Amino acid sequence: MEAVVVKNLVKTYGKEQTVAVDDVSFSVGRGELFGLIGPDGAGKTSIFRMLTTLLLPDGGSARVDGHDIVKDFRQIRSSVGYMPGKFSLYQDLTIEENLNFFATVFGTTIEENYHLIKDIYVQIEPFKNRRAGKLSGGMKQKLALCCALIHKPTTLFLDEPTTGVDPVSRKEFWEMLGRLKAQQITILVSTPYMDEASLCDRIALIQGGRILSIDTPQNIIEAYPDRLLAVKANEMYRLLKALESHPDVPSSYAFGEYAHATFRHADTRPLEAYLREQGLTGVEVKDAEVTIEDSFIKLLH
Amino acid sequence: MKQFLAFVRKEFYHVLRDRRTLLILFGMPIAQILIFGFALTNEVKDSEILVVDYAKDNASQELLTKIGSSRYFNIRQAALSHNEILSTFRKGKIKAVVVFPAHFNEDLLHQNKAQVQIITDASDVNTANMVTNYLSSIIVDYQNQINANLEIPYRITPEVRMLYNPQLKGAHGFVPGVMALVLLLVSVMMTAISIVREKETGTMEILLVSPFKPVLVIFAKAFPYLALSLVNVTAILLLSVFVLDLPVKGSVALLFAESTLFIITCLALGIFISIKTSSQQVAMLISLMGMLLPTIMFSGFLFPIENMPLPLQVISNIVPSKWFYIIVKSIMIKGLGLAALWRETLILLGMTLFLLLVSLKSFKIRLQ
Repeated sequence: MEAVVVKNLVKTYGKEQTVAVDDVSFSVGRGELFGLIGPDGAGKTSIFRMLTTLLLPDGGSARVDGHDIVKDFRQIRSSVGYMPGKFSLYQDLTIEENLNFFATVFGTTIEENYHLIKDIYVQIEPFKNRRAGKLSGGMKQKLALCCALIHKPTTLFLDEPTTGVDPVSRKEFWEMLGRLKAQQITILVSTPYMDEASLCDRIALIQGGRILSIDTPQNIIEAYPDRLLAVKANEMYRLLKALESHPDVPSSYAFGEYAHATFRHADTRPLEAYLREQGLTGVEVKDAEVTIEDSFIKLLH
Repeated sequence: MKQFLAFVRKEFYHVLRDRRTLLILFGMPIAQILIFGFALTNEVKDSEILVVDYAKDNASQELLTKIGSSRYFNIRQAALSHNEILSTFRKGKIKAVVVFPAHFNEDLLHQNKAQVQIITDASDVNTANMVTNYLSSIIVDYQNQINANLEIPYRITPEVRMLYNPQLKGAHGFVPGVMALVLLLVSVMMTAISIVREKETGTMEILLVSPFKPVLVIFAKAFPYLALSLVNVTAILLLSVFVLDLPVKGSVALLFAESTLFIITCLALGIFISIKTSSQQVAMLISLMGMLLPTIMFSGFLFPIENMPLPLQVISNIVPSKWFYIIVKSIMIKGLGLAALWRETLILLGMTLFLLLVSLKSFKIRLQ
């Protein structure tokens, strides 16, 4: 059985009927780590809030663990774990008090499900008497994850869990998700960071409330239709200008220290010569390794 | 039940760890009782009065001694001329002037009739009235004293008794008023703010996505404030008995029962405000403007309702604190029981049930 099934979900806001989620459908298998990847305002949070029964959809339907998100909201609320995008624990309570409180509210105890959170909790346990408001971003996220996990949820919804967290903590966080997956917990995670996409089993690329593509990260990368070059020169701005004016480069954009450019020919030497002609120095042209971000940009056009 | 207790314990952590909340909760009632009890009284005590005595005879001196020996007046200075009166009034130090005409004693003895002039500063109407009353009653008292042995036919002597508050203590009116104010602030404002805070910080989202029933969230949030409000009632009563010398004439148990009813009314109001607002500032403003102001204006605690225009008198009926104020005053000062207060109690009960129903009906189990 699929853990989450979403069919033609629609959500609009306000009197102007601003569409936040537009006819979204996908499904997530049990024990799968599914990522919703998209920029801010793409509709990720709205989808999560509908699936966690916090918002009513304006169209379509969805089931979580076989329960309808409108009719059976009670069952869903007692079986899923939810971690909102904003840090939402009690800042004036200590780590231990927060964890205890949420364990009790969910009708369980820390001891009962300690095995689930052990890996994460041992990292913050030395600070268990510190108030949550005084923790660093990474520690806050770990505590929030512990609180969302303490009742052994069947499905875990993590809304942008790594936003505002340092790179080391982000990496640790994803390693933890990998371990949770091994416990047969279905995980839906949203993130604006494209580099985190490859860590998911499957991803949905989402923009403006619509899903652009759903597949494994590998398949999405392999489905990239064009030849992609990484081009480097001493002056990025002039390089981008030059690439834009070249007839055989349909699209180009800055990508870290390189510029990524799709290219129509097998031979790159004429392009190199062209760039030098434009007065650019330190020109370097090589084949680029396609990333999710490239696919995303391609899909947007 | 275990969940409920954990929630209540969490709520107490919030209150006890926030210094500002603590200050509002416990500093405010004590400060208000002391301020109203000692500083802001409208009692006439040690009022300075000026005396212009043209008679300087036996009778005028006797009457002056009588006035001076009461604890209400201090005879500040005996002026020699009429002209000094206005200039002294302008300085604002004196409350009244008593003028004895020449031949005061003679008039009294031979014409059986003498006059005393009392001039008061009516820029403060209440004080002027009160000073005049006190002075008149001292003069009447003196008159009775010199007439004690005489038989005067057809005499009507008004025998005035200030019931329930013979010493005319100001605290009598203030303690019930302050009680209504404090309970209102704690129960309406603090409850509204604490629920809205959960919405603002996002913890409400997590609580909603939990097996805990949303309605229980509301009750669990309100319960600690009920307990704290009762602590406040106790503190106010202790202060009024031991510091202000104002005993509770009626049943203390009844007083607590009625207070609990009023606290629940306020909690229901607070919950309603919290449902309708989404930021702590708005919740606080509405609580203050929408609740505190009507209480001060319409409870009868500072301004007598009987003197208001009819429309305002009608409006005052929907202010719960008005009924609570009447109840507390009747129990504490008049010593009345439930038999005399069933009507007010019923009105308050009706308001409470109505507000609770409306709050629970409008409570949203989702975000929108």
